[in-house]
Amino acid sequence: MHAEADVLVIGAGAAGMAAAATAAELGLRTVVLDEQGAPGGQIYRGITAVTAQMAERLGPDYRHGRTLANALSASAASVQTDTTVWDVDAALNVATLCDGVARQVRARHLIVATGAIERAVPVPGWTLPGVMFAGAAQLMLKTASSVPAGRVVLAGNGPLLLLVANQLLEAGADVAALVETTRTADMLAGAPHLPRALGAFGYLAKGVAMMRTLRRARVLWITGATGLAVIGEQRAEALQVQTARGSERIEADVVLLHAGVIPNTQLTRLMRLEHVWDETQVSWRPRVDAWGRSSDERISIAGDGAGIGGARVAEAGGRLAALDAATALGRIDVAERGRRGAPLLAEAHRHLRIRPMLDAMYRPPHWIMNPPDETIVCRCEEVTAGEIRRMTKLGCRGPNQTKFFSRCGMGPCQGRICGPVVAAILAAENRLSPQEVGAYRIRPPLKPVPLAAIATLAATDGTPEPSRKT
Amino acid sequence: MFKRLTPTEGAPVDVEVDGERVTARAGESVAAALLNAGRVPLRHTPISGAPRAPVCMMGVCFECLVEIDGMPNVQACMVPVRRGMRIRTQHETRRVEVDDAR
Repeated sequence: MHAEADVLVIGAGAAGMAAAATAAELGLRTVVLDEQGAPGGQIYRGITAVTAQMAERLGPDYRHGRTLANALSASAASVQTDTTVWDVDAALNVATLCDGVARQVRARHLIVATGAIERAVPVPGWTLPGVMFAGAAQLMLKTASSVPAGRVVLAGNGPLLLLVANQLLEAGADVAALVETTRTADMLAGAPHLPRALGAFGYLAKGVAMMRTLRRARVLWITGATGLAVIGEQRAEALQVQTARGSERIEADVVLLHAGVIPNTQLTRLMRLEHVWDETQVSWRPRVDAWGRSSDERISIAGDGAGIGGARVAEAGGRLAALDAATALGRIDVAERGRRGAPLLAEAHRHLRIRPMLDAMYRPPHWIMNPPDETIVCRCEEVTAGEIRRMTKLGCRGPNQTKFFSRCGMGPCQGRICGPVVAAILAAENRLSPQEVGAYRIRPPLKPVPLAAIATLAATDGTPEPSRKT
Repeated sequence: MFKRLTPTEGAPVDVEVDGERVTARAGESVAAALLNAGRVPLRHTPISGAPRAPVCMMGVCFECLVEIDGMPNVQACMVPVRRGMRIRTQHETRRVEVDDAR
């Protein structure tokens, strides 16, 4: 590994692969780090190892990832897989862990491409074994050619829910029901954005085709569902839903929940970058300019980590961030960046035309983020929604206060899952805006690191940098 | 909890789960192997003792923590299976072992 990189890319998904290949083509010493064993990220997960049969099953959108993986491997970029980033200091020394050994690599320019995570769906019973995120089931398909055994019920909203329902159905899983929280009113909210979405007609056509497949298969399809709850003692046995007709119990062996994806802000929060609340996507994202440059001019954010746009927008974003980094490092001038960037900006813009409609139609319902009192919100420390509400009576206004009182957000996941839910509950109880509530303060290490690994790093690194953390 | 679409695809990889032999497939994560073998739950929480199983399969939720080759609290979804790997599911609060040798 280079001790110093001109451009260090964190994450080898759609944005990261494109960014690293582009930066390397521009003659910049480029290193790309990824926690997985191979490039691909989540959308193109397993793309370098997937069987021909599974690649065929997952479709051309997935197979497009091969173009990116091939370009990356053909480039001069150093690809470091199985490598976890656990800290970045003020001088852009990036601390990594690979095979139990901690190292540091200094970046002149950092491109963060850590993508998206699935939004928590904190319904009663969601901690039971047998309940997973819908994206997790798709990852089982991509990485292990496996599907849920027994009756599968998918519930929530969003394009991925529909896609996973289709893919599981086509793979031969027993898809018993698709329970959408989407109401007619949500569909109407999306309607004004339809003319713009027609500019990204391919996405619309795919959506219609997926709906047709589900109808043909006569999958039980409920829309406008509320009051989701997973029933079971030691594992999921059924999904309880409220519909216009009353309460329904749907037997299930596996329940797949989904309420969209949100930017993974763990690293950008750690680096104390400025974040803005995105009311359309109901999530925080780091503030970036059109090229992905963050509030720290040495750091760019590319892909879904800068706001959800999907794989093709992420790919263009990765290239734009690399061009911008090359400009910052003096490799190309601003005019050259503009020339090369223009078609990429147009490409991103074209794919983004579908977003306003999707964001309006698939807004996470308010009730999902404000679950009944007995529902566990912080899965790690087992803190319930009721306990969060009680803490507001003690004067807690932000998630760092409820953390202090209850350990909520202090377990192994470090608030990745519960953060947005806790903030939503605090906002509702205290009648505050998301901006007023804020988010968890993230501290290193971002992932658990053995003490011995840190000790060896300290022994080999004679020049500790001042920490930015307070 | 899961099943392989093509059970014979991929090289078999024998691992040990709580002392018993489980045949996984090359390329699978430990979490995928446990889900395919029906070895659920992977752990009971140290707080209430509630059973848990993998949720995100991408290293975010930390619900799939198991012991691998003596190292506790490893994210099973982030580690590929290796032949002879010793996996232990986690069912109680771990105690700090104090070395009493004086």
